[in-house]
Amino acid sequence: MIIENAKYHALDGDNTKPNTSITCTIDGKSCSVPIAEANTHYAEIMRQVAAGTLTIEEAD
Amino acid sequence: MALSKIRSDSMTDNAIQSNRNIIKNGAMVIAQRATSVTGVTGSGIRVIDRMYPEISNAGTWTQSQSTDVPVGQGFVNSFKMDCTTADTSLDPSHYNILGYRIEGIDLQRLNYGTSGAKNMVLSFWVKTSKTGNYVVNIQNIVTGGTSRTCGKVYTVSQANTWQKVEFPIAADTATAFDNDTGMSAIIYWWLATGTTYTSGTLSNTWENISNPNIAAGQTVNLADSTNNNFYITGIQLEVADSISTPFEHEDYGTTLRKCQRYYQRLASDGTYDALMDGMHLVTTQFFAMHSFPTTMRTEPTMTGSGTFSVLSNGSDKTPDSLIVNRATIDVIQTYSAMSGGNVGVAGHGGQIRNNNDATTFLDFTAEL
Repeated sequence: MIIENAKYHALDGDNTKPNTSITCTIDGKSCSVPIAEANTHYAEIMRQVAAGTLTIEEAD
Repeated sequence: MALSKIRSDSMTDNAIQSNRNIIKNGAMVIAQRATSVTGVTGSGIRVIDRMYPEISNAGTWTQSQSTDVPVGQGFVNSFKMDCTTADTSLDPSHYNILGYRIEGIDLQRLNYGTSGAKNMVLSFWVKTSKTGNYVVNIQNIVTGGTSRTCGKVYTVSQANTWQKVEFPIAADTATAFDNDTGMSAIIYWWLATGTTYTSGTLSNTWENISNPNIAAGQTVNLADSTNNNFYITGIQLEVADSISTPFEHEDYGTTLRKCQRYYQRLASDGTYDALMDGMHLVTTQFFAMHSFPTTMRTEPTMTGSGTFSVLSNGSDKTPDSLIVNRATIDVIQTYSAMSGGNVGVAGHGGQIRNNNDATTFLDFTAEL
């Protein structure tokens, strides 16, 4: 699974609030991945972050 | 009139027991994403819901929902894998597998890991252009522990002929299936693989997973010719001692709802169709909401395709983004930033719709 251009989205677009999703491309498709441990895309993003192969840009 | 007597032949398993098939969409009738995809070289669900091919450097394939089915069994569809670029010499670790992933909560009826564990039978219909020995196995994916596997070699002796395969699976009293909404088991139909997975001995009883044993006995490399293809339908996994019952057909809507637990598409029928209602919280932000027709397995990933607009105050405006803002397993709320000439009026309602593009859709994915 090729994940690129990952960036957090904060609730209501307000970066003083908690992050609620991650925008990214997965295998070339633009996706919005909720922060939910049971979501397999989120789990894979976190696996790649832990492996040091992916970084997530902070929310605007 | 009260029922005073139940006929004994109404007491047989196949007459009165419903919901015995653990497999969802075993008749291959639901294909929400597409009915045919060409040029496939990787893994993932692209055509038939719940059917998850895993391909690693083992040819190029067209995957499709076929109407080629075994005669007289009540099926109308099968899943077809058709080789379009061959790989005649597989690397030892490469493979082409057809997978089916099962949630742990759907396996608890088997009482695995207890003295009361139940036997089950996996049955399915296959047809392939290539004769030889194939392996099917089931794996118990144990979180934080050692996963288990149990397999069977089945022989296709007649090419291009439908045959039913039955795989009795003795109960495993040693290891339970995880009781959660994660992936607790996988069924693999091996189509091609190298010696990494075939150099050992296949176990037809449950054992700890060892790579050389997983697909031992698989002699077919279905990727070795562009003349090769493989069809499957009528997959059923049920509690049974040694023989399967007839396939449990169900109505289309029931199967669709089961599949929507893992994936659903919000699509347009025509140009300018509405997708979600919402409102401008402030001029530069539009929030929309969609309630899923079926509760999903987990909060889903949203993927958009096509041309979206925000219809508000009588005109279509292009959003800068369409992002998951809040998600539950029942409802999703999206956030769209609006800028420049596309800003709206705070407090005004509107909708997300396609902007003269009937191909527009939103996918919601909660696959295992």
